[in-house]
Amino acid sequence: MSINYSVLKNDEIAIFKMRSLYKKYGYSQFKMSKFEEYDLYVRNKNYLVSENVITFTDTDGKLMALKPDVTLSIIKNCDDNMKGVTKVFYDENVYRVSKGTESFRELMQVGLECIGDVDTYCIYEVIMLALESLKGISEEYVLDISDMDILYELFDKAEIDSKPRKEIIKCIGEKNTHGIDLICKNYSIDSSFCNKLKKLVSLFGDVDEVMREIRDIVGESDSITQLETIVNLLSKAGYKDNLRIDFSVVSDANYYNGFAFKGFIKGISTWILSGGQYDNLMKKMKKNSKAIGFALYLDLLERFNEEVEEYDVDTVILYDEKSDIDALNDAVKMLTSGGKSVICLKEVTSGLKYKQLLRQNERGVEIIENNA
Amino acid sequence: MKTMLNVALPKGRLGQKVYDMFEKAGFECPSIKENNRKLIFENEEKCVRYFWVKPSDVAIYVERGAADIGVCGKDILLEYEPDIYELLDLQIGKCRMAVAAKKDFRDDTRSTLKVATKFQNIAKNFYSKKGRDIDIIHLNGSIEIAPILDLSDVIVDIVETGATLKENNLEVFDTIVPISARLIANKANYKFKEQEIRRLTDDLTKQVSEGEN
Repeated sequence: MSINYSVLKNDEIAIFKMRSLYKKYGYSQFKMSKFEEYDLYVRNKNYLVSENVITFTDTDGKLMALKPDVTLSIIKNCDDNMKGVTKVFYDENVYRVSKGTESFRELMQVGLECIGDVDTYCIYEVIMLALESLKGISEEYVLDISDMDILYELFDKAEIDSKPRKEIIKCIGEKNTHGIDLICKNYSIDSSFCNKLKKLVSLFGDVDEVMREIRDIVGESDSITQLETIVNLLSKAGYKDNLRIDFSVVSDANYYNGFAFKGFIKGISTWILSGGQYDNLMKKMKKNSKAIGFALYLDLLERFNEEVEEYDVDTVILYDEKSDIDALNDAVKMLTSGGKSVICLKEVTSGLKYKQLLRQNERGVEIIENNA
Repeated sequence: MKTMLNVALPKGRLGQKVYDMFEKAGFECPSIKENNRKLIFENEEKCVRYFWVKPSDVAIYVERGAADIGVCGKDILLEYEPDIYELLDLQIGKCRMAVAAKKDFRDDTRSTLKVATKFQNIAKNFYSKKGRDIDIIHLNGSIEIAPILDLSDVIVDIVETGATLKENNLEVFDTIVPISARLIANKANYKFKEQEIRRLTDDLTKQVSEGEN
């Protein structure tokens, strides 16, 4: 039986595309159980998007949870002592409380993780795959990238304490320059530092131009060189128009470091892809390796560019007790082999939208109604 | 086809003031001044569409992307913490979030403080920073009568001139945070309409600094 691709939904198509994309670059599928010991999440509560987790008691009395997150499970199971890098991808459902409704939702996630001796090439490859994943969904996409190390170096140089630092980072995430002003004033922070930050947050446009401006603002450092190398590689690979350097992509310093990125698709009103380096989370989980990865939230595709189907079914065939089932079956076979969808009913269900209504009687099949 | 910039404005006096600023920035839509009950106004030539919504809903329209940008009070942003860009402090609609109580009120730290408010999140954050145990009573309006009827010890509410408080024999004991109107933007839509939004933000920034409004 051949597959009729037109019946696939956006998220299903995306899963197929992403699987073959990630496999092409040597990532292997990581399949895991829907459940995980609750203990894993208690220890890393702040890492989770929401603290609420669905729990239940296993037959041996252990407290289990329905996975709210995939990355923690992958880290837990990764072999930390092997050389080189482990590259895995996954497509899994996670269970989280969605903001606003305060009720649990099942969310479809695909993503990948690159764990081990993560170097500049690995970082490039993961960001490139993030861009390619977005491209697989729509031609109109944008990936914002930032480098938290550059920000932290700036904070360290200016000797900013953790409290104002946290407040300022929140403002950076909101592109809230008036907020940065206010915090710097309240904590008597040097105005030249404040201006540097505001400039960084307000950068936009051509990546090469932005890169030059960042150099002017921050000066030379290893992080800057690495950012430039990666941006150049991505530009060369043809992603220049879809790539933005945007420092408003900020992540929690307790878990993340270095590159952070968020992906957007025109027509979807929230970010659909989120990723970055998470060496600090690895350390917290007593692993020595470095790591980078991202996740794509496919549930957001449910309503994306979806055409409303005008009809529920192509053909309805009405029959009754006296109908010849053999002849009815022949009619159905003929119609379906011609690519039509058919439903056989004794009477038309209320609200059912069909193109054609047929009736099976002694003489064969007669047309009663044609809507299309 | 040109893309429209969708703007959610808060119904009421503040919204009218904000519209005037937008108009000055070159995003005019004359039909909005017609006195009728319509809620959506469009100027195709300027590629802008305005809609009036309840002030406390502006952030929701913007966060969910029904509006690309909008204007709402900082109180709403602090209360709902929407995931949006806060692009500019428009320096209008100024007031403050404050703690008020009866004139003879003394905070007795031996017992839980009863706080009546519309802004649960703001009240919770304020008192948790002080390490004070509170009991929040969520009210939707006429907050001022809560302390008078001993429903609560204090209220957390917006204070503009303080006239309402005075008439009800209440006074401000603490200012939590100053409030003013903010220009906010949906993070995803911002990526695809960045030029228009920047053009508008830059012009509004100029208006704010020149104190034109």
